[in-house]
Amino acid sequence: MTTLIKYIKSFTLFELMKGLKLTITYFFKPKVTLNYPNQKGPISPRFRGEHALRRYPNGEERCIACKLCEAVCPAQAITIEAEPKPDGSRRTTRYDIDMTKCIYCGLCEEACPVDAIVEGPNFEYATETREELLYDKEKLLRNGDIWEKQISENLKRDSKYR
Amino acid sequence: MTSLSFELTIGILKIFSFVVPVLVSVALLVYLERKVLGAVQLRKGPNVVGPFGILQSFADVLKLLTKENLLPSSSNKFLFIFAPMLTLILSLIAWAVIPISSTYVIANINIGILYLFAVSSFGVYGVIIAGWASNSKYPFLGALRSAAQMISYEVSIGFVIITVLICVGSLNLIDIVESQKNMWFAIPLLPMFVIFIISALAETNRLPFDLPEDEATLVAGFFTEYSSISFGLFFLAEYANMILMSSLTVILFLGGWYPPIDIFPLNVIPGIFWFVIKVFLILFVFLWVRATFPRYRYDQLMRLGWKIFLPFTLIWVVITSAFLFYFGLLPN
Repeated sequence: MTTLIKYIKSFTLFELMKGLKLTITYFFKPKVTLNYPNQKGPISPRFRGEHALRRYPNGEERCIACKLCEAVCPAQAITIEAEPKPDGSRRTTRYDIDMTKCIYCGLCEEACPVDAIVEGPNFEYATETREELLYDKEKLLRNGDIWEKQISENLKRDSKYR
Repeated sequence: MTSLSFELTIGILKIFSFVVPVLVSVALLVYLERKVLGAVQLRKGPNVVGPFGILQSFADVLKLLTKENLLPSSSNKFLFIFAPMLTLILSLIAWAVIPISSTYVIANINIGILYLFAVSSFGVYGVIIAGWASNSKYPFLGALRSAAQMISYEVSIGFVIITVLICVGSLNLIDIVESQKNMWFAIPLLPMFVIFIISALAETNRLPFDLPEDEATLVAGFFTEYSSISFGLFFLAEYANMILMSSLTVILFLGGWYPPIDIFPLNVIPGIFWFVIKVFLILFVFLWVRATFPRYRYDQLMRLGWKIFLPFTLIWVVITSAFLFYFGLLPN
């Protein structure tokens, strides 16, 4: 009897029809594609994207040149040089990140005692030349100015889990 | 003289009226395939070039045309270039006998089905020549596979066609369609219909039988070494062959240009419209099957062809002819 059922099933293409039925139901299901440049997926507040150097609301740089980020960076992508300012505070004279070395681990962000270096929500910064990815202090501060609103909001939303 | 040149002009126009729609529908079929596969996999498919992405395949052809045509240094240059041309010409030449409606056909010859069968058997030469001329191992293996595959499945296709011919009593494609005015052969000959569709998949090297171009084992099979437009011609020929095989299915089993039921609102619609709709449905089945089934292993393919389809069709030819003989239904 079971052999008979087996033969009937194989000659009526039973299993194949079951497969076809399954694919046709998926054919009519709503699609999950995002039309990327027009539609974008949600991003976590912890998202580790392009780096930025932040400022205090009065415009002063947050970075105090403690070089903790430089020390913790596993890819050694950060280079810092610093000297005291006339008012006695320590400020960086050079703050470079080699974005081609960076592995986006977020350790610099975690090491920073004053939340100066952060990884922002921006991930669309592809460039046409490699040199453009060697970020200097000016570029990083500009990023901070552009993304400050979203960065501070993300830090606030994520602060209870830190 | 003037009447001759007039006839020549009409003939050329008629040929163009077939070839141009076929090539355009090849482009649309490639687009449709990507859309159907996308939809089954919960994607949207191409939707950027033109409205709903309908111009995507034209953009792809343009890309192929602007690419460099590489000739492998160890290849046989003449045959290497000749093979894709042969494949495409063979897939277009078969349209000479396909009747779109009872009057609209380029050549209404009495051996139409034999002609089609011969041309589709020729198709294997394009593949073999391409594989041999490339002088490289994967194309060669792909060509050998496809030769064995296409020949095996032509045997069962031959028996299926014989079954239909027994019911019709003519080799003329128009006669074949007209004898289905009251009942499509897909209903009394349902098993043959299914076997014909499966064999057509194997004959056109479509999934799940696309072993000649099995990318998992043979890189890209017989057209591994091809680039630019010579690859494009193979691509074009494959899809033109798909359309050809589906129109053959429609002619043999789905009553060509006849509406499903001969009642008022359906039978005023022109026959060409029904023909196109049926071809489209069969093509959709081709794509649906591609989206569903994994590729056959080579020995499974051969076992299916020789040990299942061949005896089954052979027995069915006997059953059909015995049935027709005993009930006196044999055509004159």
